[in-house]
Amino acid sequence: MKLTAQLTYGLIACILLVSAPHAEHLPIWVSAECGALLLWRAYLARSGKALPPRWLLLGITVLSVLAIAFSFRSLFGREVGVTLLILLSTLKLLELKAVRDATIVVYLSCFIIITNFFYSQSIPTALFMLVTLLVILASWVHLQTGGLAFKSRLRIGGVLLLQAIPLSLILFVLFPRVQGPLWGLPQDAYASSGLSDSMSPGTMSKLSLSDAVAFRVTFDTAAPSRDRMYWRGPVLWDFDGTTWKRGRNATTRTGILEDTGMPLSYTVTLEPHNKRWLFALDMPDKLSIKYRLTPDFQLLSEKPLNARTRYRADSFLNYRANPDEPSQQLQRALTLPRGLNPQAQQLADNWRKQHPHDDAAIVREVLRHFNQGGFEYTLEPPLLGMNGIDEFLFQSKQGFCEHYAGSFVYLLRAAGVPARVVTGYQGGDYNDLGDYYILRQSDAHAWAEVWLGERGWIRYDPTAAIAPARIESGLSAAVSNPAALPFMARNPPPWIRALRFNWDALANQWNQWVLGYDTETQFAFLTRLGMEDISWKNMALNMLAGIFTLVGIFTLLMLRRLVVRQTDPVQAVWLKLCRKLEKSGLPRLAHEGPQDYASRIGTAHPALSEHMDDLAARYIGLRYQSQHDEGALQAFKHAVAAFKL
Amino acid sequence: MSNPLQNVITQTEQVILGKPQQIRLALTCLLARGHLLIEDMPGVGKTTLAHVLSSTLGLQFQRIQFTSDMLPADILGVSIYQRESGDFKFHAGPIFSQMILADEVNRATPKTQSALLEAMEEHQVTSEGETRPLPSPFFVIATQNPTNQIGTFPLPESQLDRFMMRIQLGYPDAVAERGLLSGVDRRDLIADLKPQMQTSELFELQQQVRKVFVSPALLDYVQAILRHTRESARFVHGLSPRAGLSLLAAARAWALLAGRDAVIPEDVQAVLPGVASHRLQSVHDTQASDGEKLARELIEAVAIP
Repeated sequence: MKLTAQLTYGLIACILLVSAPHAEHLPIWVSAECGALLLWRAYLARSGKALPPRWLLLGITVLSVLAIAFSFRSLFGREVGVTLLILLSTLKLLELKAVRDATIVVYLSCFIIITNFFYSQSIPTALFMLVTLLVILASWVHLQTGGLAFKSRLRIGGVLLLQAIPLSLILFVLFPRVQGPLWGLPQDAYASSGLSDSMSPGTMSKLSLSDAVAFRVTFDTAAPSRDRMYWRGPVLWDFDGTTWKRGRNATTRTGILEDTGMPLSYTVTLEPHNKRWLFALDMPDKLSIKYRLTPDFQLLSEKPLNARTRYRADSFLNYRANPDEPSQQLQRALTLPRGLNPQAQQLADNWRKQHPHDDAAIVREVLRHFNQGGFEYTLEPPLLGMNGIDEFLFQSKQGFCEHYAGSFVYLLRAAGVPARVVTGYQGGDYNDLGDYYILRQSDAHAWAEVWLGERGWIRYDPTAAIAPARIESGLSAAVSNPAALPFMARNPPPWIRALRFNWDALANQWNQWVLGYDTETQFAFLTRLGMEDISWKNMALNMLAGIFTLVGIFTLLMLRRLVVRQTDPVQAVWLKLCRKLEKSGLPRLAHEGPQDYASRIGTAHPALSEHMDDLAARYIGLRYQSQHDEGALQAFKHAVAAFKL
Repeated sequence: MSNPLQNVITQTEQVILGKPQQIRLALTCLLARGHLLIEDMPGVGKTTLAHVLSSTLGLQFQRIQFTSDMLPADILGVSIYQRESGDFKFHAGPIFSQMILADEVNRATPKTQSALLEAMEEHQVTSEGETRPLPSPFFVIATQNPTNQIGTFPLPESQLDRFMMRIQLGYPDAVAERGLLSGVDRRDLIADLKPQMQTSELFELQQQVRKVFVSPALLDYVQAILRHTRESARFVHGLSPRAGLSLLAAARAWALLAGRDAVIPEDVQAVLPGVASHRLQSVHDTQASDGEKLARELIEAVAIP
């Protein structure tokens, strides 16, 4: 097998396809270098010029590795590993001398396929890699068979791929899963976007520009109305004048819910966001995974969530939350930075004078103030200075939910009413194809909780006082300039909406059944399939049995093509004779002609010699000589029928 | 079987000991109007075989020893100026003979080789614008020494295809060797040989070969063999249509030699190694001498339909 230019093009295509998706995160100079090397190689193949000398290749390699080491400051780690792998594979193309080198390139391409899944495990990535694999297989077939046409190479590759699908399905379904990923993917494998543990003006409005999915929810029963869907996240207590922070709880006592109704059950599939918060409807009761409930009813997982997580949750929509909140906590809920925002303080003092003993009345005053004070709900509020609350309340009067929640809590605290900011998500987009709700980053929201003695912590959403549409029908209905919003939050035309929903439903299935196929799902699935004893051993046995069955079926199908179907009457009689002889241990070889067969049998059984020679001669006469006569055929038939061993 | 043919075989076997298969293949090639390439070491009887065949068949014989300084004119002939008559007279080269032994054909330059091969293909020689037919029958036995290839020009694949068959003689077995060592000098034997056949009879036989019946079932088999060589990943190239025609012609001649008036699969199998071994090449790039083995593999891989 010679390394022809065509084969070289195929190998270049393999490396190009397999490393193209990496271009997004490789250093730009690496992508450029690889592109240049590939072009160079293609030019060499086209012009038939000699490959570069060894010292030149060695020089390029050493320089490249040094440059990588310099730009990453290390030669270890995933990023560096992938970069090195791609660069060296590309260089390997310039060293194609023997078939062995080409084989190495093919296997390297297969290996680089895997590295693509470090970065993305989406359906488009998987489909693209499937196409890439087809090209690699075609090159491999080329290497094995030489002068086959491009089309038939592709066809053989495709057939191989198709044959591999059932096998990989069996392996996928039955291969025993280990808890957690097979090898730990480093944290930076996951994009981290989502709620943080602090809030300052701009945090939420920035987040609401992202279309990314935060989590998906499936309700067991009817979903609550939209204005009751507050997905609780970090609770913020400490304010320094610009930023709200979680701070440290002054108690370790878990929050207590009283006078609850029936819990509402649902399943959440949470995208990784590298933080510890779990989201649940106000107020969470319990989850199906390991979690911790803080004194302020925030759900925390044990570790940062760097993998897609699924859990079932129960929540109470009606409750009295912590009516006997410890005084240290209440003290935290009243603390304000000293000496800032004098106007706000004065406003709060006025209200306090009007209602010296009625906290609830003060809350109503604040909400009325927001509602009637000429406030505007906007994504692009003006920047605020040191006395941000004052500037917002008395000058700009333009803000997003964080402004309203922040200043609402500020005013209440200034009036001596314990209050805190709660962040999370609000609402949800219903996907009727998958019967679930999607919560995107654009649904991020901030609201407030006020402690009213006996009645405990009560949720107030000041945003609802300014822009009730935000709560009832979503962001786009509430914001004055929806063009700045992400696409899906902007109410696109129905068909695009349907398309997006279809796609999201598909992506959700993919996430749940392919990427999320872990020990637990595997167990559930196999139980549903009727497998009773789901042990490691049993699964392995089933897997092997499945593989053998499949390979057996393929083998039979291929053998069937070798067996020649016979329609010729003369041949049929001859085959009947051969079967007779086969039963007595003298099978005819597929390539054995009648004369050879007869003489072999004659040697093995001299008694049969004469009879066999006669039969073979009759057969030869009928099949290979021009004796097409019915009488001879009948005679042959009778002779074969009479033949006995 | 026609008697003269049997006599030819018998007489040849008396001189060339222990090689009945090769003798039959050589005759098959002759009857099917093909040319024969013998690839073997020196001294195994290549020349003797050619000599014996020509004497036994009563054909004019010429031996051409190929050397590296040979020119096409040395084979084809040359026109020489005649001082007396003042014109050119063509002096026919050794190729104008019924049976040619082209010894060590790989020693000559490609130019000379192709002069021979063109003559073989076209049964005529064109020199100085004049076309002269070669005698009939015209049969070339070329020999090639597979070892000691330094300074030689082994025939390229395209040229090899011009030969209907390639065979190897190999060492004689112990019995034949003893007969050879203890018997009379082969040269004396050849001198005593008498033609067993008239040229007209040979023509007649060559005509008969064309009439040997080939059934559709047998064509199926031949096609299955050709298809296999083209589809299998084992071979670099499949057999060409010319190879297919050669295979069928050789199988017909073989059947005639065996005294049959129709070709059976065994005939195809018998001639296949001779016809296919120099035309098949393994993808695994091993030595060319594996052609015989490849042909055996081919036979075993194709079921008789």
